[in-house]
Amino acid sequence: MLTEDQIARYSRHIILKEVGGKGQKKLFDGKVMIIGAGGLGSPIALYLAAAGVGTIGIADADVVDLSNLQRQVIHQTKDVGIAKVLSAKEKMLAINPELRVNTYEEWISAANISEIIKDYDFVIDGTDNFAAKFLINDACVLAGKPYSHGGILQFDGQTITIDPGKSPCYRCIFPTPPPKDAIPTCSTAGVIGVLPGVIGTIQATEAIKYLLGKGELLTGRLLTYSALRMRFREVPIKKSGKCPICGDHPTITQVVDELDALNVCDLEK
Amino acid sequence: MNLTVNGKGAIVEGKDSLDVNALLVELKVEQPDYVTVELNGDILERENFAQTLVKDGDTVEFLYFMGGGSR
Repeated sequence: MLTEDQIARYSRHIILKEVGGKGQKKLFDGKVMIIGAGGLGSPIALYLAAAGVGTIGIADADVVDLSNLQRQVIHQTKDVGIAKVLSAKEKMLAINPELRVNTYEEWISAANISEIIKDYDFVIDGTDNFAAKFLINDACVLAGKPYSHGGILQFDGQTITIDPGKSPCYRCIFPTPPPKDAIPTCSTAGVIGVLPGVIGTIQATEAIKYLLGKGELLTGRLLTYSALRMRFREVPIKKSGKCPICGDHPTITQVVDELDALNVCDLEK
Repeated sequence: MNLTVNGKGAIVEGKDSLDVNALLVELKVEQPDYVTVELNGDILERENFAQTLVKDGDTVEFLYFMGGGSR
């Protein structure tokens, strides 16, 4: 049962026939894990908190830097130097004190990923490096856990939702990570500050739809966004029989760290 | 030949077909070693690029790694 305050807080949700009181209860019972409390993680965490997703996990070992504030809108000038997960939790609870926010002040690795995601219904990748992106894919596919991939670079973004077993995974598109130094990321290439707001908000939408069980997920199609040209495109993607993790003869049967995929930025840690 | 490349029309002058490696060069695709190529809806394996011919009317998607997000 929703309290009077909850009915008021979520009234614009509750009047939607796709949500209603029942759907709002589903959101409150829902558990979403956000990996990365940066550019993508910021809008994701703010919107999921506002929407009333009852349990939200957030993982990141980084601390807030002045150069983050141009796009990582959950962090403020006063937060520079403090852990991103703690800064994020403070804002999420300020919006919605009823939530349970679990913080994981650590980098994800093969050693901890399965444990971190295991109690959550849906996982969101808001990370900035390929080792993490492949690790999240592998852990979610092996655990059969749906997740949203998001990536941004300069003025371009991409996102796809993976429903393991039912839809193509990240490795169906990109079987192996690029070698380190091959692809520019983060500080080396730059990013327009509004870009993670667009991609992250789509990722949060997917989590909410998944919890509600309404609509169509962004599966089997990679959504690409060009901010400069202001165009969205959908590229249809098929499940690959040769995918190393979800294909007919998988070669990846447990999570491993893709050490070669650590990028230049990781070396700065 | 006329192709659709990442949703837009592209003309390759004076050729009826090209293998995928040659197409990457012809279209001056950046970082060709790391691009994923989808031809008419099927993602190609890199080792098949040299033997796979792209022909008039084909639809090609070049898909790029995007690693940003957090820091």
